[in-house]
Amino acid sequence: MTNSATADAGRRWHDMGGDPAGQINRDEHDYALWEKRVDALMVIASKKKHFTVDGLRRVLEDMGPEAFETMSYYERWIHSITQNLMEGGVFTPAELGDKMAEVAARGASYGEASLGD
Amino acid sequence: MTETSSPAIATGAPVRLKSIAPPGHVRCPWYLRGKTGVIERDLGLTGNPETLAYGVEAQQIRLYRVRFTMKDIWGDDADPASDTLDAEIFENWLEPTHAS
Repeated sequence: MTNSATADAGRRWHDMGGDPAGQINRDEHDYALWEKRVDALMVIASKKKHFTVDGLRRVLEDMGPEAFETMSYYERWIHSITQNLMEGGVFTPAELGDKMAEVAARGASYGEASLGD
Repeated sequence: MTETSSPAIATGAPVRLKSIAPPGHVRCPWYLRGKTGVIERDLGLTGNPETLAYGVEAQQIRLYRVRFTMKDIWGDDADPASDTLDAEIFENWLEPTHAS
């Protein structure tokens, strides 16, 4: 089946509606704690009006097809949320770097690193 | 603030989705661009997501549900041609069907 109206020049990678998609995996799956935290962070950032779901989508799209293939859903989300929060002036890259080092110093496991203020 | 909210388009009126391909965050699916459908309902005013995506204060623009038949989208090969698809499209992507 072809869409005859348009050539594909200018079509962005994520705009795949209407293409053959094959089977859809409808299995349910559990979310890891960190994934729930990423989701919660998006809710908080939206409520505080730092950015909107539109900004989330913009950065996800700009990350390109490689990210879509190599990163999980919430890995892509935390990348986009981080980018949007920096664009919104919530923190600077240097502040984020300092915080990441501080968290990493708490311990190697997620449990150890998560404890703390 | 480049767009101005225009008077609401009547339910049932034919509309064509613009056949343009700007870079950036846009809200019109590629496979529907250039296709003609009819206004199914007016969903009211909301902030332009294509502006909000860049962290800029957005103008309120009108969102519509537009109904297409499979024939509208895929042409005479569509089977069944009379099945319909609804897409929610912002006013800035709609043009009258008499425009070239």
